[in-house]
Amino acid sequence: MLKIAKERLNDLYAKIAESMGLFIPIKRAGEVNYAVWAEGKEVSLETLKTVKSPKNAFFPQTENMMKFKTEGKNLEVIDIRKDWSEEKSFVMFGVKACDYKAIEVLDKVFLAEPVDTYYQLRRKAGIIVTLACSRPEESCFCKAFGIDATSPLGDVTTWMDETYLYWQANTEKGEALTALVQDLFTEGGEEEVAAQKETTAAIIDKLPYSNLDLSRFKPENLNELFNASEWEEMSEACLGCGTCTFVCPTCQCFDIRDFKTNEGVLRYRCWDSCMYSDFTLMAHGNSRTTQMQRFRQRFMHKLVYYPSQNDGLYSCVGCGRCVNKCPQNLNIVKVIKTLGGKNND
Amino acid sequence: MKDVELKMIERAKELLASGEVARVIGWKKGEFYFDPVPASFETVEELDSLVYNYFCGANLSKYLIEMSKKEGKTAVFLKPCDTYSFNQLVKEHRIKRENVYVIAVECLAKLDINKIKAQGVTGVTDVEVVDKQVKVTSLYGEVVLNKPDVVLEKCSVCQKTHQVKDEEIILHERPERDVNRFAQVAELEAMTEDECFAFWRNQLSKCIRCNACRNVCPACSCVKCVFDNPASGIAAKANDDKFEEQLFHIIRAFHVAGRCTDCGECSRVCPQNIPLHLLNRKFIKDIDSFYGEYQAGETAEGKTPLTEYTEGDTEPNDVFKGEAK
Ligand code: SF4
Ligand code: SF4
Ligand code: SF4
Ligand code: SF4
Repeated sequence: MLKIAKERLNDLYAKIAESMGLFIPIKRAGEVNYAVWAEGKEVSLETLKTVKSPKNAFFPQTENMMKFKTEGKNLEVIDIRKDWSEEKSFVMFGVKACDYKAIEVLDKVFLAEPVDTYYQLRRKAGIIVTLACSRPEESCFCKAFGIDATSPLGDVTTWMDETYLYWQANTEKGEALTALVQDLFTEGGEEEVAAQKETTAAIIDKLPYSNLDLSRFKPENLNELFNASEWEEMSEACLGCGTCTFVCPTCQCFDIRDFKTNEGVLRYRCWDSCMYSDFTLMAHGNSRTTQMQRFRQRFMHKLVYYPSQNDGLYSCVGCGRCVNKCPQNLNIVKVIKTLGGKNND
Repeated sequence: MKDVELKMIERAKELLASGEVARVIGWKKGEFYFDPVPASFETVEELDSLVYNYFCGANLSKYLIEMSKKEGKTAVFLKPCDTYSFNQLVKEHRIKRENVYVIAVECLAKLDINKIKAQGVTGVTDVEVVDKQVKVTSLYGEVVLNKPDVVLEKCSVCQKTHQVKDEEIILHERPERDVNRFAQVAELEAMTEDECFAFWRNQLSKCIRCNACRNVCPACSCVKCVFDNPASGIAAKANDDKFEEQLFHIIRAFHVAGRCTDCGECSRVCPQNIPLHLLNRKFIKDIDSFYGEYQAGETAEGKTPLTEYTEGDTEPNDVFKGEAK
């Protein structure tokens, strides 16, 4: 294990940024989001829940896909990926355990056949440096999903205390990054890290949502859960705004649209939200006509549909963003508590 | 505030039990003290989970668009600011007034959990208000904060009073306050064009286009927003920076100009904490100076400065030059 004094972190960022893009939680106009590091930016590694999750780096909110140009009767299709397939690697620095797990959830969707090559290119180019949590918040419930916030995976895992950042490479990509920055580090830190893990684990055990019981959310109960009468009441206050889906690290739905530009047609995709009224609009009409149905879809997808297609893996990672950000204080915890049986009382 | 809550529950129970109303709209208990949820109550038993505390900032007026279409009367608890939105929606024929029974409830300023967390308190598990102090319990200890530092922005400049009431529940007197809600607007006006542009760019580039500001806004009550309508040709879900910065929010502010009651919901709900209220307040300030002081939602009748023409009206050219008559 390697370590670096916290006051030298800026040198580490600068070193990485010399040869590749460095995305890191940065405070801008009061809020912390992942952004490209540059000298003078206000880095906030301690922020657990960036407003937008790191998924934005691999599955950006808007992404151009291709261009079409017409000349006479000819239609030219321009593959935009050529512009960035040669792109240099980039580093996502400070990814928390929940958000890292969320990337695994996305991988199962985008890297399954037929592979989403846009996502795949970014995943290949990205080096993920995770950061263990030491001050979890009341809205964190990663533990309920079996995630260990004290030892996230990733290409490199880091831990941070008052004085040092500790660094451990886990993969080939991680080793390569380590080689690049090794000079800035010294050996050591095993004991400190072990102690921190223990302290954090004890805090996590006591978090208000850590022991949610998810056992009722399984494929066998699909119909029963789908038809539960409680959905009406649970969704009553929902504004259909989509905030919960846009801040969620695992929400994966997108829309594809064409946009007329002066130089032809641009096809782009952008995040979509099952909370929106035109989400399921088809030629025949819309199969989900009420907000209750849309609300139900979001939570059934996280807790029942996705796991039933992915060997029981839930597509919520307990990051708590929807808990913090829903304007009307609706969220997945309330759904789990309402439908999850009496162990959640 | 517990005494107010008990009184509210008692009254709501009476109204439901007597059949005067078919449902009551209020807030129900969350998991913590600080996350109550807007809710409707149809039985006396359900009302035991009604809650009214310092985190009931949500404006319930907009829910009445749908609720007032239902069979039977709907009783609703409205804070002073909420009654302006209510009036405006009645004026725009969006709420059926005759189907609503308004119970005006005192406010005493609501708190903002984000502002509490922004004071450096992480892992908040409980909040208690004692006079001007807010005692915050967290996973990592206790702190006492000054209430004025952590109230919702809309409450920090509020001088509103109930404009509608079929009855009221007011047990405490609200302290007199001297506040100027246009102070921040004046700061923006004092900036150079470049500074002002940079300010908004910095703020609006955070926008994730989640639409929370629009969906919560009582003035945004179109049955189908053009931006949601695939047939409009301008439907947009993408958060392209330039569009966000220069168009969406500006268009929305124009659209609600003269109708925005300054209820503050847009800024309360924004996940990126963008001070959207400043855009609307700039319009309100301009309307005041161009057409005379006007507060949207003060009444449910009459014309509004932007929907009425009088001969003495400010000429477009004066508006352009920023000179009021
Ligand atoms: S659950 Fe909350 S955040 Fe999600 S769409 Fe509904 S109101 Fe918006
Ligand atoms: S559903 Fe909510 S808690 Fe779960 S991963 Fe998404 S944002 Fe996080
Ligand atoms: S949910 Fe878990 S991994 Fe995510 S920020 Fe909280 S403690 Fe860390
Ligand atoms: S609520 Fe905030 S982030 Fe969402 S669309 Fe409005 S300004 Fe953008």
